[in-house]
Amino acid sequence: MSVFVALTFSGVALGAIYFLAASGLSLIYGLMDILNFAHGLFMTLGAYAAWDVATHVPVSWGAPFVFVVALVAAVAGGALAAGLTEVLVIRPLYGRPVSQILVTIGLDLAVTGLLLGGFGSNSLSVPVPLWMMEASHIGGVNLPNADFVALLGGVVILVALEWFLRRTRYGIIIRAGVENRAMVSALGINVARAFSVVFVIGGAMAGVAGLLYAVVFSGDLISPTQGDSLLIFAFIVVVIGGLGSIRGSAIAALMVGLVQDYTNFYWGSHSGMAEIGNLSVVLLLALVLEWRPRGLFGSTL
Amino acid sequence: MTPQPLALCAKGLGFHVGGVRILDNVELAVATGSFLGVIGPNGAGKTTLLNLLSGVVRASEGSVEIEGRDVTREGPARRARRGVGRTFQTSSLFNSLSVFENARLSAQARFGGSAKFWRLPRASDDASAAAHGALERVGLTSQAARIAGGLSHGDKRKLELAILLAGEARVLLLDEPMAGVNSEDVPALTALIDQLHGEGRTVIMVEHHMSVVVGLADTIAVLDSGRILAVGDPETVIANDDVQSAYLGQPL
Repeated sequence: MSVFVALTFSGVALGAIYFLAASGLSLIYGLMDILNFAHGLFMTLGAYAAWDVATHVPVSWGAPFVFVVALVAAVAGGALAAGLTEVLVIRPLYGRPVSQILVTIGLDLAVTGLLLGGFGSNSLSVPVPLWMMEASHIGGVNLPNADFVALLGGVVILVALEWFLRRTRYGIIIRAGVENRAMVSALGINVARAFSVVFVIGGAMAGVAGLLYAVVFSGDLISPTQGDSLLIFAFIVVVIGGLGSIRGSAIAALMVGLVQDYTNFYWGSHSGMAEIGNLSVVLLLALVLEWRPRGLFGSTL
Repeated sequence: MTPQPLALCAKGLGFHVGGVRILDNVELAVATGSFLGVIGPNGAGKTTLLNLLSGVVRASEGSVEIEGRDVTREGPARRARRGVGRTFQTSSLFNSLSVFENARLSAQARFGGSAKFWRLPRASDDASAAAHGALERVGLTSQAARIAGGLSHGDKRKLELAILLAGEARVLLLDEPMAGVNSEDVPALTALIDQLHGEGRTVIMVEHHMSVVVGLADTIAVLDSGRILAVGDPETVIANDDVQSAYLGQPL
């Protein structure tokens, strides 16, 4: 029983990170019809920004503080990368969604290649507080503290994003634009500005996802290709949840995280097939699409 | 006698796709505060005309002027800011947003030029006041918190008008405002459109409901196969032989 609880907890933590990776992707597609293949790059760059800043901050400041600074750097790095991508690469191709999709693939390949050239393929280690490497003993179960951080990050950002979409002026524009972009501009609203906002927000969340994934699931290590592997699961989450739906992304992210975690443990660890969890996620995707071809929450927010 | 200012003017307006002429050499001069009804058989190009006037589609030839300014090369958002508001034949509202949010969105276009995206839509700000005012105008105040997708057909059409009011449109382009509306709701909706026109707004309305068009419009234009067949006051146009034959078999 305690194994199941621990497993569920880490599945939820994984789901929280998938949500961070997927929700920006979902909003960008919903509003702009762009499958943003550079989203994995935003995750990678967020993690590298965190690493770069964290290794330059004096250790005497204290490990928890260094981690908070790293988190801020991940947000800033992801947001900056996304903002520049939108302005310099996406915007000149406005009205040509296929070119926009292709250019994001090219950008991802090119910058990942530059990172490999600059930093090498070896993983780099992000300094984290000792506390995050330990586990808390709660109700007879050992729960990793890093999982709590991931979960907290996911919940805080879900609440903030819902608040932003429901309560702010741009939130209304974005929700309306996801439903019918042409009509928003027929009202006299400059939708292009909302595009930039969505890209920057999505990039910031991707940056956090990149750092948290490294910290929680890959032993504090970051590598140039980590974003791309995370991106595949993010796409699966977006499709299961329904393109453009934040709630759909949240629920789908939990489903994918849990299914992957359970399968890896109950099946993978006995059969010796380490990647069986990935297969289970693809099967889950197929099942959901068979039942609901437009995903769990269609195309509304 | 001073010439009446034109709210909207089309000169030699044409639109073709792949060699097929949808609209051909359309000339319109719509005076400020007037009401133009556009009728014609299905496929005559009525909706295309509204698309060209509102900027949703670029003209292949000719020009469009709003209040004397050439806007042919401007997109729909720019023209909307010049006071042109339009509804679409199917639906011009956001079904997933609340009734209030629909009106508020339109008002934001007018008041919210700033990039402060984090600013909250306060209940007391100008855009919210304009949205509430517009909803009150069309009698939807009690429905403000509902999701627009759940409204009845008639209320949806009222909300579409409220969206135009909240955005302070001075030229209303209405694409079949009575489509899908229960016959018992038609008189109230007709009266509402009449009121909005009576307050000085210019209206161009495409509508199949002949009694509604004749009752509201001071001028009627008949489109057939992309050309203007006749323009004039309702009685004259309806009596026109060409119009009669274009509508052959359809009661006028």
